[in-house]
Amino acid sequence: MRQYISKKLLHAIGVALVISIVSFFLLFYTADPATMLLPENADDEDIAAFNAAYGLDRPLLVQYADYMGKFIGGFDFGTSWVAKVPASQLVGDALWPTLLLALVSQIIAVGLAIPLGIISAIKRNSLLDNFTTLFVLIGQAMPLFWLGIVLMIVFGVYLQWLPVSGSGSWLHIILPAVTLASFVLPLNMRLVRSGMLEVMNQDYIRTARAKGVFENKVIARHALRNATIPLVTVTGIQFGALLGGAVVTETVFSWPGLGRLAVESIRVGDFPVVQAIVMILAGFTILANLAADIGVAWLDPRIRFD
Amino acid sequence: MAPADITMTDKTANLADARARRSKLGIWMSRAWRFRMGVFGGLIFALLVVMAVFAPWIATHDPFEQDILFRLTPPVFLAGGDWEHWLGTDQLGRDLFSRIVYGARISLAIGVGAVLVAGLIGVVMGLLAGFFGGWLDAIVDFSINAMLAFPFILLAMTLVIVLGASMENIILALGISNWPIFARVARVETKKLREQEFVVAAQALGYSTVRVIFRHILPNLTAPILVIATVEIARSIIRETFLSFLGLGVQPPTPSWGLMLSEGRDYILTIWWLSTLPGVAIFLAALGINLTGDALRDFFDPRLKRR
Repeated sequence: MRQYISKKLLHAIGVALVISIVSFFLLFYTADPATMLLPENADDEDIAAFNAAYGLDRPLLVQYADYMGKFIGGFDFGTSWVAKVPASQLVGDALWPTLLLALVSQIIAVGLAIPLGIISAIKRNSLLDNFTTLFVLIGQAMPLFWLGIVLMIVFGVYLQWLPVSGSGSWLHIILPAVTLASFVLPLNMRLVRSGMLEVMNQDYIRTARAKGVFENKVIARHALRNATIPLVTVTGIQFGALLGGAVVTETVFSWPGLGRLAVESIRVGDFPVVQAIVMILAGFTILANLAADIGVAWLDPRIRFD
Repeated sequence: MAPADITMTDKTANLADARARRSKLGIWMSRAWRFRMGVFGGLIFALLVVMAVFAPWIATHDPFEQDILFRLTPPVFLAGGDWEHWLGTDQLGRDLFSRIVYGARISLAIGVGAVLVAGLIGVVMGLLAGFFGGWLDAIVDFSINAMLAFPFILLAMTLVIVLGASMENIILALGISNWPIFARVARVETKKLREQEFVVAAQALGYSTVRVIFRHILPNLTAPILVIATVEIARSIIRETFLSFLGLGVQPPTPSWGLMLSEGRDYILTIWWLSTLPGVAIFLAALGINLTGDALRDFFDPRLKRR
């Protein structure tokens, strides 16, 4: 197990490094921040001064080395070109709302996917099963931000049960969390259902039943653990998708998280902030994948020896 | 031979023919019923293609023509609507139905274009990695993992900002961000195929590597790639709507569904159909394409049916 974890860890560090390189070169090499950020009547002298102030006149490799040095030295992501404050401060303020949103929606998504998936697998072709399938299909065909807007109109404007946007109370998180949960719920439900269908035909389930174990216990103890293995893997991989969905959801609901900050920063060309967000989001995705790999190896010991 | 005999044999032949035809029809009918959701999806997909190809004949108006006197007229099924603009007009007095019809072109072009870009890069990388193995495989596998950890939407947005928001660049940005999905499947499938006897036999016969890859392995990748490609067309269409929502998609006055949806957002509380109708178009298109993809998967891999 220890060897397995260290192999995965090494791989994760490599991926993180590659992402930092790709995004850095994409952002700092291809785009010209001075023309995006300075007023249109800025002359060559102004541009040179801007570039000198942020060290953009140095060779790109030197810039990258400097950047990574500061990052590893103390999580210093450089200074925002627009807000003129450390990027780490902007990103730090926006990080918790995003993590909270991701966590709450993941709880909703997994919390609904497991019971619904189990029921639709056990009561196959029942009304609920068909309803679930329909729900999955609708969920996959609906643009996320459109769903957000519809929820906002129904629950915020017409019924006035929930606040339309912003943050502050726990009521504010409900609509964005439900929107984001709907993004990952269909796949989760499908996975639990197909996992259950596969497991329920296995010999050990028949054995458990033959021993006289109650059906509820067969499902909860024997089937569920094996049926949720794909869910654990996908929850890890999905974390990246979830954070991507957060970009959409936060923009719609003005949720003060990383996603909204990313959209605003990309628009105005504030690349140190964008770079910092890419590194943080990718970092979380990599960690989530790592946790999923380890979690699956723990649930299914065969994987450790692959 | 007596003439009566000839008629008899003709009759029996006709009867046998008819029976064969009926049973063939019967087979097709039962197949269609088994894949009824897929047939339904395929019909929507076909409708989308017809709309895109024959847009000038289907549209009732020029999608760019502004008629300020007829701004924001409601659809015909609401009070104040008329058949001249049966789905109503937008904030500039343009015919909504015609814009939705032309929008099918934009959405389909972006969906198919992005999948072609992603598929081409992904399949070539996956094929080579899976076939040759070794360090090439290690690099491709690593790149796939790295790309999948990259926040997709941020990558696509950054690419659009860097390249500039035009239709070609949106196709490129969505395609480049999406290749790992194709590479992953192509790589795994190629690895499995490489060990199969017919591939080993082809190599033993001394066929060139290029021939083995393109004539023996690639054709067997068609089914899994086709299934992903279908679903990814729908996803790319939906992703374009989000880029449009952020103002990074197709630029006005192009009749893109995503753009229409986000333009209509400003009027959503009063003139709700302005963004709802393009929203429905996106939803139906994605639903149809997804159902087609599901049916294709069941067809090619019956083991997965109804899971």
